[in-house]
Amino acid sequence: MHIVTLGLNHQTAPVAIRERLAFTAEELPEVLRRLKDEAGLSEALILSTCNRVEVYGISATLDECHKRLLKFLADYHQIDAKDFAENLYFHTDSAAISHGFRVASSLDSMVVGEPQILGQFKDAFAIASEELSTGLILNRFLHRSFFIAKEVRTQTKIASYAVSVSFAAVELAKKIFGDLNDMKVMLIGAGEMCELAARHFINQGVEQVLVTNRTLSRAQQLANEFSGIALPFDKFRGQLDQVDIILSSTGSPEYLIGPEELSQALKKRRNRPIFLIDIAVPRDIDPKVNELDNIYLYDVDDLQDVVTENLDQRRQEAELAEKLVAKEVEKFEQWLASLAVTPTIKKLREQVLEIADQELKKTLAGLTDLSNKDEQRLKAMVNAIANKFLHHPISYLKSQDDSAETIPATTIRKIFKLDKNDVR
Amino acid sequence: MTTIYLALLGGALSLYTLSMVTGFLHLFRPLPQQTLWCKRFILAGSVFHLLAFLCRCIQAQTLAVTNLHESLSFFALLLGLAFLLVARKTPIPTLGTFTSPLLIIFTLWALATTHAITPQPPILKSFWLPLHVLLSFAGNAFLVLGCSTSVMYLIQEHLIKKKKIKGIFHKLPALQKLDELNYLCLRFGFPLLTLGIISGSVWASFAWGSHWSWDPKETWSLITWLLFAALLHGRMNSGWRGRKAALLTIIGFAAIMFTFLGVNLMLSGLHSYTH
Repeated sequence: MHIVTLGLNHQTAPVAIRERLAFTAEELPEVLRRLKDEAGLSEALILSTCNRVEVYGISATLDECHKRLLKFLADYHQIDAKDFAENLYFHTDSAAISHGFRVASSLDSMVVGEPQILGQFKDAFAIASEELSTGLILNRFLHRSFFIAKEVRTQTKIASYAVSVSFAAVELAKKIFGDLNDMKVMLIGAGEMCELAARHFINQGVEQVLVTNRTLSRAQQLANEFSGIALPFDKFRGQLDQVDIILSSTGSPEYLIGPEELSQALKKRRNRPIFLIDIAVPRDIDPKVNELDNIYLYDVDDLQDVVTENLDQRRQEAELAEKLVAKEVEKFEQWLASLAVTPTIKKLREQVLEIADQELKKTLAGLTDLSNKDEQRLKAMVNAIANKFLHHPISYLKSQDDSAETIPATTIRKIFKLDKNDVR
Repeated sequence: MTTIYLALLGGALSLYTLSMVTGFLHLFRPLPQQTLWCKRFILAGSVFHLLAFLCRCIQAQTLAVTNLHESLSFFALLLGLAFLLVARKTPIPTLGTFTSPLLIIFTLWALATTHAITPQPPILKSFWLPLHVLLSFAGNAFLVLGCSTSVMYLIQEHLIKKKKIKGIFHKLPALQKLDELNYLCLRFGFPLLTLGIISGSVWASFAWGSHWSWDPKETWSLITWLLFAALLHGRMNSGWRGRKAALLTIIGFAAIMFTFLGVNLMLSGLHSYTH
């Protein structure tokens, strides 16, 4: 019984190929049914997102498994297998387990640590389990994947570094003000990035948004969208002392805000800090203002540097995560091994015969006046008891084939404590 | 008794050291659980320290603050307790990291000075002694803790201003939080220090017949008091905050250290420890 995965992702295949192999959620139930039949899988799951298409399956044998899966994809999408065969990766057993765990933990994502993939994986699982196309092994495999993904998120800081310019601005604001709840934000101009950042700030619960623009109607429109207040462009300087965070992105060729205005604003607000984010090119805010106490100015390059730095941090955290994943892969493999019937029969027999043998030796050591013949008889009796005892459990185990949906081998292993370090 | 006392004090020192090690490991390496331990080690260290102090008090039959060794040790104990109190009120990871080195310095210094019990001069046998010392020391402990928050503030502010958004930037708390914490320490520490000076003055009027005798310790504590009074006034009325407040707190820390130790080690006066 083998766990296998065949797929492609943003690193191995261009979007032109990814889109041709993608599956929609609607067609998945039908696809899964056909996949199990045509590719000879006992369990199957398909993960299809804009960055990856992956098939996970359980196959009794690895012979031709790669070919069967490849053929299925080619047939279903009616593409020549040669066109995409080299973009595919095929993993089996521990490599497949590791791959699945890494994907769920967002270690294989384009932006390492991004949270969407886990949700997409869960959706894929929901569809597959609805269709009853997953069974004992994939069910456990996916539950473990989700568990590990959560562990990775809580035990490493992989997701806690902002990796977009607008989020980096929010991260910085939090390190200046702590809580953003009572903050007031002013939007000067209306660039796309500015709007996006404003939305992030609103999601963080800022108290109020002021919007100003050279065209008042545009300001009004944005203000309505954010349930904020619109300001005429020639009035905004008078309100600088009222706001804690200023986002600026106008097309103005010269600086709109300089040290003079901000010094005055600071005086009025008794030095409560102001965080300015200048996303405009050419810049709207005189860089000299950063020299003022309690004024913090970041322009678009500064924020980009933060993002680059954060991506690096995420990669470092990913190394920690890889260690967590490796540990879990090992555990899962042990569990998989414990499912197999034949080794279980062997172990069970060994254990019972060993006990019988030990007890026999103990008894014989105390019986000195026994004839050779009596000793043989005693041995035969002990062996007979052991074998009679083993007969029913072993024939029961043998009657189960490897792909059964029950777990007799695991249960027997537990009942007789066949594993020294019991595998959960 | 002395052996037990020294063992307890040594135990406290080891725990403070562990706290500093875990704290700094957390600061520079990605280990999520460390800050909890940093605080727990300070808690455990303070328990040892408190036991050591009680042990000493029983042995000396008085509040054990009558020589340099005892004063340093008692101050470290109060600093640890002040930290635990503040950490309960506003839990800020990494505050322990910046407090533990001070705990270590004071405790280590105490252990390095002679720990023989000094016979108590009759003038110190008064209920004013514990009151005066406890108030002044507790006040100073909070103000010194404020100095830790100031150092953290200055580091974090430097990182944000210079746009070094990496490493310990992520570990240190928000500037606003640190500034609030600094203010909190000032609001605890300043009234206690004020009461400490007043109680001393009342005691002096009984013991020496005059409220104020311009003894070096008195002069310097007045200077310290004026510094923090200015800071408190500035904070309440003139919008002093952030960097300015942090720098003043650090200057105040220097003044405290001179009043507490410098005066005794360099100048002589009525407050000198008996040797």
